[in-house]
Amino acid sequence: MSDVQILGVGMHPWGKWGRNFAEYAVVAARAALADAGLSLGDVQFLAAGNTMRNGYPGYVAGSTIAQALGWSGIPVSSSYAACASGAVALDAARARIQAGKADVALVVGADTAPKGFFGPLPGDRPEDPDWLRFRLLGATNPTYFGLYARRRMERFGATAKDFAAVKVKNSRHGASNPNARYRKVFTEDEIAESPVVAEPLRLVDICATSDGAAAVVLTSAEFAARQSDRRPVTVAAVSTVTPTYPNTDLDLPDIATDSGVGAPPHARPFRDAIAHVAYEEAGLGPEDLSCAEVYDLSTALELDWYENIGLCGPGEAEALLHSGATTLGGRVPVNPSGGLACFGEAIPAQALAQVCEIVTQLRGDAGERQVEDATVGLAINQGLFGHGSCVIVTR
Amino acid sequence: MKPRVPVVDGLFTEDAGPPALLGGRCPRCGSVFFPKQWSFCRNPHCDGGPLDDTPLSTRGRLWSWTDNRYAPPPPYPAGDPFEPYGVAAVELDAEQMIVLGQLARGTDIGRLQLGQEMELVVEPLFEDDDAVHTVWKWRAGSVTG
Repeated sequence: MSDVQILGVGMHPWGKWGRNFAEYAVVAARAALADAGLSLGDVQFLAAGNTMRNGYPGYVAGSTIAQALGWSGIPVSSSYAACASGAVALDAARARIQAGKADVALVVGADTAPKGFFGPLPGDRPEDPDWLRFRLLGATNPTYFGLYARRRMERFGATAKDFAAVKVKNSRHGASNPNARYRKVFTEDEIAESPVVAEPLRLVDICATSDGAAAVVLTSAEFAARQSDRRPVTVAAVSTVTPTYPNTDLDLPDIATDSGVGAPPHARPFRDAIAHVAYEEAGLGPEDLSCAEVYDLSTALELDWYENIGLCGPGEAEALLHSGATTLGGRVPVNPSGGLACFGEAIPAQALAQVCEIVTQLRGDAGERQVEDATVGLAINQGLFGHGSCVIVTR
Repeated sequence: MKPRVPVVDGLFTEDAGPPALLGGRCPRCGSVFFPKQWSFCRNPHCDGGPLDDTPLSTRGRLWSWTDNRYAPPPPYPAGDPFEPYGVAAVELDAEQMIVLGQLARGTDIGRLQLGQEMELVVEPLFEDDDAVHTVWKWRAGSVTG
């Protein structure tokens, strides 16, 4: 199967702008097209990540964005996979190109987020696990992040200082990123003064909810080869796997895991599998990575991801962090963009924002946050309700 | 006195002795599901079903814990003023699964230890004009190991 390449990327800065999500989408899409040297008329397919909190237009984000850009008659797709939505949209566009049904596809994710905790959709719905966890337990997203963080402390001896060191690192990375919402450099002392939200995590350990948009222009390798003044990079893998039964890891939004009684738990836990499938497709391994964007919903979760993507063994993430390997200038900088710590999550845009950062790094366009001689980058995240997402990009 | 009613029906029972969560068990492979959610077995290696109603173990081992210091959005019935609460993840040996629950009122989370025994209790979650609305919670038992 021929390669699919990324010819352009674009973003709308993250923030709390309070405008319609389609406005951000159009800014990101036009930026990505300009970056690719293309116009809307060149686009043969549009794939979008949906948003659950912007009414009907959010459930049909593909057509909402197509209309906002100006109807051009092309087919669209609208995908929802929570935080993995962007990668699922990207996968739909890639498949379209691989099947020979399009040469140029535009992938867009955009969100307008409410203030404070994400809540479930309204209504009285006891059969919806996302409703149940709020109704019965008051289990917010940070509740789960707190459970994971405490588990890490108890199993591996991680400390609040380790978590703070992740925040310090990411805040330094993102300080020069014009698309980041938070560009303040944090010190450990400032973090220690932040109020506890879900013990052991403080407010600044947990990512905010943001508005923002990201867009990627995908093309066939043949099409990219004809754009001789551009710098295409290659989509080496897209993994959008789901868990294998029984999923005995505690996952959002469930209030209980699967039972291991009727079948043995899979040897490779879900988050490990998300990366494994991408490595297999790319024919690459963790030792090949120049940099990675991982889903730091909390500081502690970034440490879990180091192990899930194979940068180190279980319980070794704190040592890897303190070695400087994952800091800019180190062996494999993690979250050179500043990560969610500096962005906050704009759900359907986030997986694409990760890809935008990897592409920017591979092209050498990242300025002060540039990873030296980046050739292979991995972006990974997980959406609630069992969505994995991992994209590997190479040049 | 106001009647005690579960916040959501059918998830636990207080009818036969100590309170227990109510799940579904596959008659063929023994897999347990909580909440029961669907009538059939979700084990892809099994064609068993329909599920039998089954009480879950009432004790387990503490897998992790946290607390919540800010009021969650609806439908959580946060009072005014908001009262923070703990949340525990408890591993049930027989079922080989983890079940979440709030920590029983008055639990000192600073004294919890990984792996310690936890016991299921039923407590009020909120009260309105008509009833006291109850939910299961986890109470710290004896410290093991």
